[in-house]
Amino acid sequence: MGLIQWATSPWGNSVPIHIAWYLIWVCAISGLLFMIVHALYVGIFAKPKKFAVNDTPAAVAAIPERVPRHSFVARAFHWVMAISMLALLVTAFLPKVGVKFDWVTYHWIAGLVLSASVIFHIVHASFWLDFWSIWPDSIDLRDARRRMMRAFGKDAPPPDRFAKYPLENKFYHFVILCSGLAVIATGLFMMKRVNTFGIFSRNPYVFGDLTWGMMYVLHGLAGVGLIALIMVHVYFGIRPEKLPITKSMIFGYMDREFYLEEHDPQRWAVEPAKKGPGYAPSDAD
Amino acid sequence: MAVIRDVMPAFDLLQPASAADAQKLLQQYGEDAWIMAGGLDSFDWLKDRIKKPKVLVDLSGISEMSGVRETGNGVEIGAMTTLTEIAHHPVIKSQYGVLSQAVEVVASPQIRNQGTLGGNVSQDTRCWYYRDGWPCYRAGGNICYADTPVGRNREHAIFGANRCVAVHPSDSVPALIALDAKFVIQTPKGEKVVDAEDYFVGPDIDITRLNIIQPGELLTTIRIPNTWAGAKFYFEKVRDRNVWDFPLMNVASAMKVSGGNIDSMRIAVNAVAPKPMRLKAVEDAVRGKPANADTGEMAGKLAVQGAVPLQFNAYKIPLMRNLVKRAIGGVQEAQWA
Repeated sequence: MGLIQWATSPWGNSVPIHIAWYLIWVCAISGLLFMIVHALYVGIFAKPKKFAVNDTPAAVAAIPERVPRHSFVARAFHWVMAISMLALLVTAFLPKVGVKFDWVTYHWIAGLVLSASVIFHIVHASFWLDFWSIWPDSIDLRDARRRMMRAFGKDAPPPDRFAKYPLENKFYHFVILCSGLAVIATGLFMMKRVNTFGIFSRNPYVFGDLTWGMMYVLHGLAGVGLIALIMVHVYFGIRPEKLPITKSMIFGYMDREFYLEEHDPQRWAVEPAKKGPGYAPSDAD
Repeated sequence: MAVIRDVMPAFDLLQPASAADAQKLLQQYGEDAWIMAGGLDSFDWLKDRIKKPKVLVDLSGISEMSGVRETGNGVEIGAMTTLTEIAHHPVIKSQYGVLSQAVEVVASPQIRNQGTLGGNVSQDTRCWYYRDGWPCYRAGGNICYADTPVGRNREHAIFGANRCVAVHPSDSVPALIALDAKFVIQTPKGEKVVDAEDYFVGPDIDITRLNIIQPGELLTTIRIPNTWAGAKFYFEKVRDRNVWDFPLMNVASAMKVSGGNIDSMRIAVNAVAPKPMRLKAVEDAVRGKPANADTGEMAGKLAVQGAVPLQFNAYKIPLMRNLVKRAIGGVQEAQWA
């Protein structure tokens, strides 16, 4: 029982054709186990969070009641991507587990939506947002070590509060970036093999059997990986202590209390409170 | 790949004596079981060592699944009834002649003596890339070898292609659809009855099957209601070799005509799509119209709307147009346009 299904090509060569479909269940069960273990850990073993706080009264006073976190454009991207991703997972894997329907057209249309939204996001994040805010910095790594040591009962100074994104967020973003780009890149080539009503001209001879096989395998591996990743993402999105972050992805802002509790104004500076509670974040935020 | 002929892979041969026993065995072995009726499709797969089931359930000893029985509202044909018996059965010939005509032109006399109606409707596609064991979509792979710029696809689909372009090869199915037949399936949950056209599934829904039979299920009977008994029937099969071949295309129709006008009609074609096609748009369009060449001409044009030919099968579009035309207007009136 391997990870890859192989077949013999018409020329007698052994070529991969796709992943072994039991990996769907492996990833789904892995995602479920992660959620159970994490929930037990947080509920039973985890110690309360403790951060190093050294805010000046003036800095605290300058924080608005509603701290803008995600612009409308960024939120729109997130939800368009989420819907297309869910559509991709449903259309890809339900037929494989026995729910039969005409999935191909819906799948590639959702794939095109995802591709377009990701390309938009890359451009938008690179030129209109703070590009580096989603990548780990040296403080993140230092604080990760401190948090780990404290979790195991070792002596370590309390970590700083997070910048705009916690380190876990940044790691998750990186993993989903890799898997997302893998399914998009392979998926766009795979559209050369299905009827896309003229958007792509069909030509299965763009690559040889081995290359095509590897492409299907990579697409499948990244796809099943996304099952677990999306499960974990939704899980964290509905965990009580993460709800302020989820709400910020809906309404664009988070409350001042949560911001001061989890985020360091020196690492994630927000504009002073002059704009009031009705302030709507812009793309520059 | 097809490597050895005549030496089948080892399997356990099970020969149940009743349909209930057969269904239980199929349920017990699930996807490991292979159903064999007349064996004409099965032995190809087995001798080419492409299909390697662990268990073969041979239905030939089940007498209750064989024979034609008249009922109060039509006939019931056991799935294991041979095509020869159906072709020569007096009630079928007199009342449901389109089925008699259809099975009479299946393959050769020897094959009709051995082949069964259940096997004929449930047989696998004859796309040679697939039958030769190449790892195409239908075989679980990621390509259709027939639908490439150089693929040989003269016999393949002009409708309903979805990655796979293979066609359903049965001659009896269009006739059964025209007669509004019902297929009786024994399932683990009991008996299931489906309309003939609903017995088949296209690659858009399930690319590895041609019909809805799932592991553990068994087609036992085909019921033909007397709704269309004695109607005006038409069947025509076009093939490369008239002595013995699969259809390039076939058409079957049942028509009720009064005063020269069509009261109602059922018409189906096969070998144009991955599953047999009932032409509902044609049935609706000809209702109330005279059964002549003009109506046939109109119906033929309507029938081929949406057809998408492959590299080498564009001939199927005029062929289908004219077969539909002949089914309505008759052979004498319908000249090639």
